[in-house]
Amino acid sequence: MARAISPRKKLMWTALAWGFGLLIFFPILWTFLTSFKAESTAISDPPVWFFFDWTVQNYHDVLERSNYPLALMNSIIIAVGSTLLGIVIAVPAAWAMAFVPGDRTKDVLLWMLSTKMLPAVGVLYPLVLIAKYFGVMDSRLLLVVVLMLINLPIIVWMLYTYFREIPGEILEASRMDGASLKNEILYVLTPMALPGIASTILLNVILAWNEAFWTILLTTVDAAPLTKFIASFSAPEGLFYAKLSAASIMAIAPILIMGWFSQKQLVRGLTFGAVK
Amino acid sequence: MGRITLEKVQKKFGEVEVIPPLDLTIEDGEFVVFVGPSGCGKSTLLRLIAGLEDVTGGEIRIDGQPATNLPPAKRGLAMVFQSYALYPHMSVRKNIAFPLKMANMPVEEQNRRIETAAKALNLTDYLDRRPGQLSGGQRQRVAIGRAIVREPSAFLFDEPLSNLDAALRVGMRLEISELHKKLETTMIYVTHDQVEAMTMADKIVVLRAGHIEQVGTPLELYHTPRNLFVAGFIGSPKMNIIGGETAARHDAMHIGIRPEHMEIVESGGTFVGKVGVAEHLGSDTFFHVHLAEMDEPMTVRATGEVGLRYGDTIHLTPQADKIHRFDKKGLRIA
Repeated sequence: MARAISPRKKLMWTALAWGFGLLIFFPILWTFLTSFKAESTAISDPPVWFFFDWTVQNYHDVLERSNYPLALMNSIIIAVGSTLLGIVIAVPAAWAMAFVPGDRTKDVLLWMLSTKMLPAVGVLYPLVLIAKYFGVMDSRLLLVVVLMLINLPIIVWMLYTYFREIPGEILEASRMDGASLKNEILYVLTPMALPGIASTILLNVILAWNEAFWTILLTTVDAAPLTKFIASFSAPEGLFYAKLSAASIMAIAPILIMGWFSQKQLVRGLTFGAVK
Repeated sequence: MGRITLEKVQKKFGEVEVIPPLDLTIEDGEFVVFVGPSGCGKSTLLRLIAGLEDVTGGEIRIDGQPATNLPPAKRGLAMVFQSYALYPHMSVRKNIAFPLKMANMPVEEQNRRIETAAKALNLTDYLDRRPGQLSGGQRQRVAIGRAIVREPSAFLFDEPLSNLDAALRVGMRLEISELHKKLETTMIYVTHDQVEAMTMADKIVVLRAGHIEQVGTPLELYHTPRNLFVAGFIGSPKMNIIGGETAARHDAMHIGIRPEHMEIVESGGTFVGKVGVAEHLGSDTFFHVHLAEMDEPMTVRATGEVGLRYGDTIHLTPQADKIHRFDKKGLRIA
């Protein structure tokens, strides 16, 4: 039975929720508005809200001054590539830990998670040296591999929790039915875990898309994704708020749209399989 | 063919020995039931035969071929699980086809077998549904269908009826027995329900704590239980076990008398007691009688209606040739 809530309380909570929602959304809204202002309006004090001369000049300038399509392509390749590579590696790992756990499985899982607690900058220097040694600095391959490694613990954990929900008897049934390990994973486990795998992919694409430490430090031009693209508008020539805003909107729009369409899957992903 | 032999088969989980070395032969075409209380190792034993668990020691042979180290897929056995373990993302047709697909069988042959199985199991109208859209009994039939299309050398059933309601269980019990008569394939069936064991089995294996207590036909177990455990486990309601002086008069540590072998007499019976709760089934009446020589009430079966009321005095005489005698180790005295 639904709990009875008085109208006044309901009104209060609604206002509070909307308040928080707007607070969180405000920076994006402000960036969006600024991206349509002239540079002078963008820094005016007091700020101008809606009533200014709307212009798309910033978008023109941004597209002219830098290679947006390349950055977009790099972002897509790095985010999707690192996630899919991670999935391919994580599925067997998660299968083993979920269905044939050993005495130390819990420890291994915790150890994997603990690598996420390490400050990334701690391995920056060795990683740059390794990349230079192999001559892969500023390459998509490097970014795909690095981001895959960064997100692998999360991918394994998420898949592990989803796999745990799948009854072991069904996998045993497939073994009795003559399925090899490969067929068991391909025809039975993967289709059953598909919602979980989809959530995992979505969340990790977003994480990789937004990753701004490694992507900025390990790229210059060729493999530079959208994060680097935004950063390039904040630095040497001084601050151009309007152009920076336009660049930001262009960088976050694709992932925002994707997130909007896959809300349901994402919520599932973020609850880590706790809610069925 | 489906002759399965276990030689000194043993299973340990870590330090815990769930099945001490055990020998058992299951003949081709036999319907064998493993029965015992929960935790007796019956399911583990079935899983060892299936290959879903590795043996710690000993040898398993299927049709004379060593199978101890074969993966489940290579043993040629089919299994029906307690939870049915259907593939929820596949239609009924695909569920049944799955083992055939794994065996790379030509599609026409697959379809032929699926149609035959579906007809035999009344599933023809449901072939395109998902397991989630079926009732418990239908799911169970799909699981059986998936098992029979492979034409395995033996079927393994792991408590297949325990998720069904009572009425459906009786029906499925008959269907499985019917299936066995028709296919004449070896079936190994695990249950904790001795009624299922008695009604279905050619041969019952009674297990306790991983040990085989007795192997025999249902009636052998009923008439000549090897020990007190089997005596108490087989038969419903349970056999009455009486110790003390009464047993000593029969040169035994304990004697056992089944409720149906106790006769109500007018006077001068071997036992005199007070009638407790009576259970009326129409065809039979079960009386729980309180006796001085027993802590627990004695169960007595009377045919039809008997005009005895709660608290009445009752005289009972056991049928002399139906008294089971047990020594101080609990073993049967012949």
